[in-house]
Amino acid sequence: MESIKSEKKEKNNETHTHIISVLVLNNPGVLQRIAGLFTRRGYNISSITVGSTESPNLARMTIVVKGNDKILEQVVKQLNKLIEVIKVSDLSVNKCVKRELCLIKIHAPNESSKSQIIQYTNVFRGKIVDLSQESLTVEITGNSDKINAFVDLVRNFGIKEMARTGLTALMRGPKILKSKKS
Amino acid sequence: MKGAEAVIKALEYEKVDVIFGYPGGALLPFYDALYDSDLIHILTRHEQGAAHAADGYARASGKVGVCVATSGPGATNLVTGVATAHADSSPIVAITGQVPTKLIGNDAFQEIDALGLFMPIVKHNFQLRSAKEIPETIRSAFNIAKTGRPGPVHIDLPKDVQEEELDLDKYPIPAKVELPGYKPTKMGHPKQIKLASSHISKAERPVIIAGGGVNIANATSELMQLAELYSIPVCTTLMGKGSFPEDHPLALGMVGMHGTKPANYAVSESDLLIAIGCRFSDRITGDINSFASHAKIIHIDIDPAEIGKNVRVDVPIVGDAKLILNNIVSHLIKMNMNNNNANREWIEYLQSLKKSCTPKMDYSDVPIKPQRIVKGLMNVIRELNIEKRSIITTDVGQNQMWMAHYFKTHFPRSFLSSGGLGTMGFGFPSAIGAKIAKPDFKVISITGDGGFMMNIQELGTIADYNIPVVICLFDNRTLGMVYQWQNIFYGKRQCSVNFGETPDFVKVAEGYGINALRITNPEEIEECLKEALLSDKPYLLDFAIDPSEALSMVPPGGKLKNIIDPITEHPNEKVICFDEIKRRFLEKDSNKNEDTLSEELSESEKDEGIKV
Ligand SMILES: Cc1ncc(C[n+]2csc(CCOP(=O)(O)OP(=O)(O)O)c2C)c(N)n1
Ligand SMILES: [Mg+2]
Repeated sequence: MESIKSEKKEKNNETHTHIISVLVLNNPGVLQRIAGLFTRRGYNISSITVGSTESPNLARMTIVVKGNDKILEQVVKQLNKLIEVIKVSDLSVNKCVKRELCLIKIHAPNESSKSQIIQYTNVFRGKIVDLSQESLTVEITGNSDKINAFVDLVRNFGIKEMARTGLTALMRGPKILKSKKS
Repeated sequence: MKGAEAVIKALEYEKVDVIFGYPGGALLPFYDALYDSDLIHILTRHEQGAAHAADGYARASGKVGVCVATSGPGATNLVTGVATAHADSSPIVAITGQVPTKLIGNDAFQEIDALGLFMPIVKHNFQLRSAKEIPETIRSAFNIAKTGRPGPVHIDLPKDVQEEELDLDKYPIPAKVELPGYKPTKMGHPKQIKLASSHISKAERPVIIAGGGVNIANATSELMQLAELYSIPVCTTLMGKGSFPEDHPLALGMVGMHGTKPANYAVSESDLLIAIGCRFSDRITGDINSFASHAKIIHIDIDPAEIGKNVRVDVPIVGDAKLILNNIVSHLIKMNMNNNNANREWIEYLQSLKKSCTPKMDYSDVPIKPQRIVKGLMNVIRELNIEKRSIITTDVGQNQMWMAHYFKTHFPRSFLSSGGLGTMGFGFPSAIGAKIAKPDFKVISITGDGGFMMNIQELGTIADYNIPVVICLFDNRTLGMVYQWQNIFYGKRQCSVNFGETPDFVKVAEGYGINALRITNPEEIEECLKEALLSDKPYLLDFAIDPSEALSMVPPGGKLKNIIDPITEHPNEKVICFDEIKRRFLEKDSNKNEDTLSEELSESEKDEGIKV
C-alpha cells in the first residue's frame, strides 16, 4: 500500500546503489523471469546472486542495482508483480550485513612477493587457498569496499585471474523477510 | 485417466464452454481427449485467429478465454494474440503443446522454448513436467488470469504429460489454490479514500478519465454515481470506451492523441483529475510535463506498479475500482460534503465547448466519408433498438480512430479494440470470440482493408460455423493511418502504403459462401447495414471510402490542446510491378559482366525508371 508521505516527498533524482533482496519460489525458469524483467525494462544490474535459503522451496536473490528513487520504486513494484516472487525488500544500505567473496590469483614468482602478499592477506583477514611456483590464490570476504581496497593493493603484483561472487545480504537484527507480500 | 483427459476435466471445472484452437502433433493426445468431451472447439484458420478470438470472448464476457496451439510454429503463431491480450489486461489461458519432456532441449522436431518465448508477454506461465501437476496448475492459471489485474496465462504441455496416467482421486482438482506470492489488493486504503473525497468536494474544475479498468471492474454504475453526484465531466481512454454512456450530458468522449477537443481541453485545464483504471500511456498524455499541469491527480488502479509510473500522483489508491468508487461515493454522501456548485462555471464552459465542436457527420460525398458510415451505424443501431445489445470490435488504424472518436457507446464491454499493442488483424477474429460469448448480441467488426487481410482466412471460420458476424470494411485501398502520418510528418512522401485495386472483397467473401455487398453510394449505407444485421448470417459490407479522409490529431509528444488538422492528400504512390523488378535485376547482372546495358537501352527505356 502506498503511503501519502512517500508519494508527496519529492522524488530524488540522484542515482544510488541499492541492495534488493528477493525471496522467490525455487521453480525452474525463475532466474530467467527476474533477469528478463531487468533487461526488458532497462534497469541496470551491478550484480546478482542466487542461492538456497532456510526453506528448500525458496531461493534468495540479492540484486545490486543503480538508479534514482523513481526507478527503484518501479523495480520493487515490478518484481512484486511476479507470481513467483514472495517478498521484495530494498535493504537500506546501513542496516544490513553484506558480504561478497572474491578469489584472486596473483602473480608471485619469488619469495619476497609471496611474503608481501601473505602479509596483506593477513591484514585483510583473507586466506591463502592455493599456492604454486608463480602464483598465489587468495580468498577474501567482506563488503565490496574492502574487496576493492585489497584488489587495488595487489594490482601491482599482477592479477592473473579474479572471480567475485557479487554481494549477498541480510537485514541486521531479528527482522526477516516474511513469506507474504505487503 | 490420461493427463490430457485431466486437462479437459480441469477446463470443465473452470466452466470453460468453448476453446479456440488448431491441432498438431504435440497436441494429438489433447485432441483425442476432446473427442469424448462436450467442450465446443472452434477450429480457426490460423492460431493468431484463435488467440484473438479467445481474447474477444474474454473482453465481451469478462470470462477467461481459452486458446490452444501445437508446439513450435503453433506456439509462435499464438504470440501476437497473447501479447495483444497482455497489453490490454485481457484474461486468457493459452495452452501450447510441447515435445515430450525427454526431448526438451534437444532441438526436437517442432520444439521451441515456449516458456521463454511467452514469459515477457504473459502475466504468468507454467511448463508441466508431470501429469500430477495438471489439476493444481490449471486451477492456478485461471485464478491468476482473472483476478487482480487480469492478463494472459500460458501453459506449456509436453506430449508425454498428456499421455501419462493420472489418478484424479489421488491428485484432485483443488477447490482453492494457495499462491504465496500473489495477493492482489482489492480494498482501497481508507485514509486515501478520505483524502480523495475531500479533494473532490473542493474541486472547481474536476474531470474523470475512465480507463479500461472501469470496464474490467464492472464499475460503470459506481462511476455514474460519482460523476452525477458532483457533476463531474467524464472522458475515457480508448480502452475505457463503453464504461460511461457517451450520450450522457457529462460525457466528453475520448481523450488523447485522437481525442475530442472538449476532452483534451478539460484534462489540460482541470484542477482535479480523477483517473480510474488507466495507465497514462503516451497516447493519452502527450507531452508529460504539460499534461494536466494544474491538477491534483487521484489515481485509482488495481496494479500498484501503474501508480507513479508515468505521471506524478497526489492521491494513489490501489485496489478494485468498483469497491473504491463505492467507498468514495458513500463517504461523500455520509459526510454530506457539498461543493456548493463550485464547478458550475466549469460545466457551463465545457458544455458550450462541446456544442461548438459537434462534428459534422452527414456527408453525402462520393466516395463515402467514414463519418457518414459511423453515423449510419449509430442510426441503424438506434432504429433496431439494439443499443444495449450490440458489440463493436475495431481493427487498428484510421478505422479504429474514427470509431473511437465518433461512435457513441452505451454499455460496458461493448467496444473492443486493441489499445496497448495496436495489433492489426485483431478486429475480425476478436468479433468471432465476442459473438460466441454473447450469441444473442449483434456483433459488428469494423476493420480497415489492411488489418482485415491480416486475418482474412477467418472468413472460413465464420462460414463453416455460420457465425453471424457483420464485417464493415472501411476500404480505402491504403494503409490509411501510415499514409496519414507520412502526409503530415514526412512531407507527403508516401512509401509502401498503397494496396492498388486488389482484392475484390465481395468475390473473396462469396468464395467462402458469405453474403457480401460493395457500397459506394452513401444513401445505401443504412439499408445495407440493416440488411446485414437482420440477416443473422455472416455478412461482409465493403464500403468504398474516401482515402484522403483523416482525423485531426495531437502530434506524438505534443501538448493535448495542440490539435492539428490532417493534411488531406490522395494516394500518389506508384506501385512497382514484377516486370520492372526483373528488368532492374537483369540490368544489375549485366552491369556486373561489364556489359554496359545503358548502351543497349533505347533512350525511351532509360527514362522509364520509377522512383520508389
Ligand atoms: C500487425 C501490425 N503491423 C503494422 C502496424 C502499423 N500500422 C498501424 S495502422 C496501419 C495501417 C492500417 O491500415 P488499414 O488496416 O487499411 O486501416 P486504415 O488505417 O486504412 O483504416 C499500420 C500498417 C500495426 N499496427 N500492426
Ligand atoms: Mg485501409
